[in-house]
Amino acid sequence: MDDLILQFCKVDKSFFGVPVLKNVSIDFPRGHIIGLIGENGAGKSTMMNILGGVVPFDGGKMLLNGQEYVPQDPASATRAGIAFIHQELNLFTNLSIAENLFIGNFPHLSVTPFLNKARIRSKTQEYLKMVDLDLSPDITVDRLSPGERQLVEVAKALSQDASIIIFDEPTTSLTARETEKLFAIIDRLHKAGKTIIYISHILRDVQQLADDIVVLRDGEVVQVGPKQEFSIQKMISLMVGRYIGTLYPERTSTPTEQVILEIKGLSKAGIVHDINLCLHKGELLGIFGLMGSGRSELAQIIFGMEGKDSGEIIVDGTLHTKQSPVKSIQQNMAFVTENRREEGLLMTSTVAENLGLVTLRKYVTPAAHVVRQSALIEAIRNSVSLLQIKVNDAFRSQAKGLSGGNQQKVVIGKWLMNNPSILVVDEPTRGVDVGAKYEIYSIINDIVSKGAAVLFISSEIEELIGICDRIIVMGVGEILGCFEKSEFNREKILQTAFREGGK
Amino acid sequence: MTIREKLTREPIREKLGKLPRQLLLSEYFILILCILVFVALIPFIPVIASAYNMSSLLSNIWPLYAVAIGQTLVLIIAGIDLSQGAIISLTSVIGASLIATAADPVVFSKSPIWGWLLFENGGILTNHSAGILIAVLVMLLVGLLIGFINGTAIVYARIPAFMVTLVTQTFFAGLAIYYVKSENIINLPDAFTAIGEDSGGLISSALIITLILAISSQFILSRTMFGRWLYATGTNIRASIVSGVPTKKVIILTYMFSGFCAAVASVLYSSRMDMGRPTLGASLLLDVIGGAVIGGSSLSGGKGKVLWTFFGVVFLSLLGNALSLLNVPFFWIEIVKGSVILMAALLDVIRTRILQQQTV
Repeated sequence: MDDLILQFCKVDKSFFGVPVLKNVSIDFPRGHIIGLIGENGAGKSTMMNILGGVVPFDGGKMLLNGQEYVPQDPASATRAGIAFIHQELNLFTNLSIAENLFIGNFPHLSVTPFLNKARIRSKTQEYLKMVDLDLSPDITVDRLSPGERQLVEVAKALSQDASIIIFDEPTTSLTARETEKLFAIIDRLHKAGKTIIYISHILRDVQQLADDIVVLRDGEVVQVGPKQEFSIQKMISLMVGRYIGTLYPERTSTPTEQVILEIKGLSKAGIVHDINLCLHKGELLGIFGLMGSGRSELAQIIFGMEGKDSGEIIVDGTLHTKQSPVKSIQQNMAFVTENRREEGLLMTSTVAENLGLVTLRKYVTPAAHVVRQSALIEAIRNSVSLLQIKVNDAFRSQAKGLSGGNQQKVVIGKWLMNNPSILVVDEPTRGVDVGAKYEIYSIINDIVSKGAAVLFISSEIEELIGICDRIIVMGVGEILGCFEKSEFNREKILQTAFREGGK
Repeated sequence: MTIREKLTREPIREKLGKLPRQLLLSEYFILILCILVFVALIPFIPVIASAYNMSSLLSNIWPLYAVAIGQTLVLIIAGIDLSQGAIISLTSVIGASLIATAADPVVFSKSPIWGWLLFENGGILTNHSAGILIAVLVMLLVGLLIGFINGTAIVYARIPAFMVTLVTQTFFAGLAIYYVKSENIINLPDAFTAIGEDSGGLISSALIITLILAISSQFILSRTMFGRWLYATGTNIRASIVSGVPTKKVIILTYMFSGFCAAVASVLYSSRMDMGRPTLGASLLLDVIGGAVIGGSSLSGGKGKVLWTFFGVVFLSLLGNALSLLNVPFFWIEIVKGSVILMAALLDVIRTRILQQQTV
């Protein structure tokens, strides 16, 4: 029989009468990598928060190494050997790597209150070596890339002598290379006998890494088994509870020849170099690039959030010398930013306030700018029902209470309410579950078929191939290639992005 | 574990019944508290309900509320304005120096304005037919100007609001004292002192002026695009910029409004005290920010209402009034006020927590 390190036995948890985990029983074999998948709201995070001592559970029990395990707080989970690497990393960016590793538990010089700096340094170096990070322990964390920070978190877990390490969506902000490196280290941890729980929306990664896969849906375990039992298609249908024939909605229109946005020789030192592109009415143009390729920066320059050194941005035939978000909006542009939390939403405001923000200018009286309430409320209602935003009461519920997919629909909705003719979307499906992804693609398809032009920036090749008319590949701030729909090919696009062969 | 974490971890729901929870969440919680405190105090200090005390309490409340309205708007955009006190002091002496009917050369001959702005027989507008009106306008303009300096420095030099307004507070408070060499300007014309005079009844011109200010601010906040922009800027400035909110304009105008409110209060205070006083606003800061915070405005921005601030100001003033009627020494009153403001900050944490639990 397998040696089980951790068991969930009929664990229940509800928030205010709403059950989020129902009778969850899972066995975790020691030394395995367990992939945990499910849509947003399926209960993955709640389960891991219970395990990590962040929230208490209501019923059932957990066994750790055969002993009953009831974590009181995150610190007791750490002592029990459970390390939780959160999606939003929990490092102190103003402190050094060494300080971050030993923050809860600084070694002292025997009994004195003074820190044993030499020991801190040498131990840190040892742990950094284990995760292949060739960095000085004294570097502050804010100077590290997201990938390096992730590895520092892993090193921290190792320094706490964790036997179970939980990764929650670890690759969302990593480049392809960093992801590979992380996987190699996970593999090494696996070989060293650690048990790993890996949560991700990227099913291909889960399939590659995991020994066993657990699928959660609506707070219940739908299926558990060795990975060989799961194809990606099967994982998806188990997660959403129905069979999704295609991941991408069908396009119903074709692009026109009419240029609506033209960019000529756009450069900004160290960011982008000599960018030339044309966007046509009714076109869905994809921009593929890895982290650091300049794709998001390009979008920010086009929208006027950042300045440029040289080059022309021509919107609908008119050259605009100095862009700003306000001017871009006047030219009927819209920009769904990469970062929902920081740049997309007013988290503590209501859904209605978020939806109305951009289009507000169209709903005010001329001189005093008094808001025409009833017209605006009507428009917001329409938008909520059109985009099928799942919210109790759009006029009272805060944006932060929504699921990731619905939050993203609110961001898209606030721009659509302004009827844009050019829509720039940056990673609109990141952190969004399969069902909501499909809905977002459909919304974008819909506005394209009505004649708007969309610039769709993404680091997921599959989705670009699935929905775009054309794909531009960016790398180190330059356009490296352009693919027409007939030439779409995953390998070639990736090769181009890595500048290996290709065009 | 921090207090906030501790609070968010323990379920409060079981500990509190439904009614107390609703009461805590109610917009009128502070108002209800005011009434309860007031009624509870009557048996101990019956004087508190006398017409004279009520009228003096209210006449204390109006100018304080006028300043606090400006502060509320600044808090909504996640800023803070520490310079309001200095604006009150400076506009007070500037206004008074223009319209004083006489000035004692023994007292003022060392002042930098002696001989070109202020003379033995008064200020340069003393005999002008619209002198008082112009003087008031000058005071308001100075308030707007200092607000403009604050806003511009915050937006363009990107210095934190706390630092900018601390500096302007120090600078203009010093300037006010220099302007009159720390002497009060007395002998103000009757038409000016009539503005803030206690009428003996409940209706006074101070009430009318402050109410106009409050109602128009409330209208701007709740009905206009500018109001929406104000809340959006305070909630998330990055997202507001992306969404086309002219945040720079919003921030500058808000600080100008804050300066304007301080200047309005300065008119009310100066006329009530019959003098231009270089330290007029020196000790108001705690009451102003305290009033806004007790009312429910959040120092982290995006939250606040003009009406809430009224309740907060009334509560603080009532407390001060009751304690001084009880002959509590001044320093004790300050200690109690400080504690009450701390309680208000805690209340904000508890409210947020209950709301979070309700939306989960």
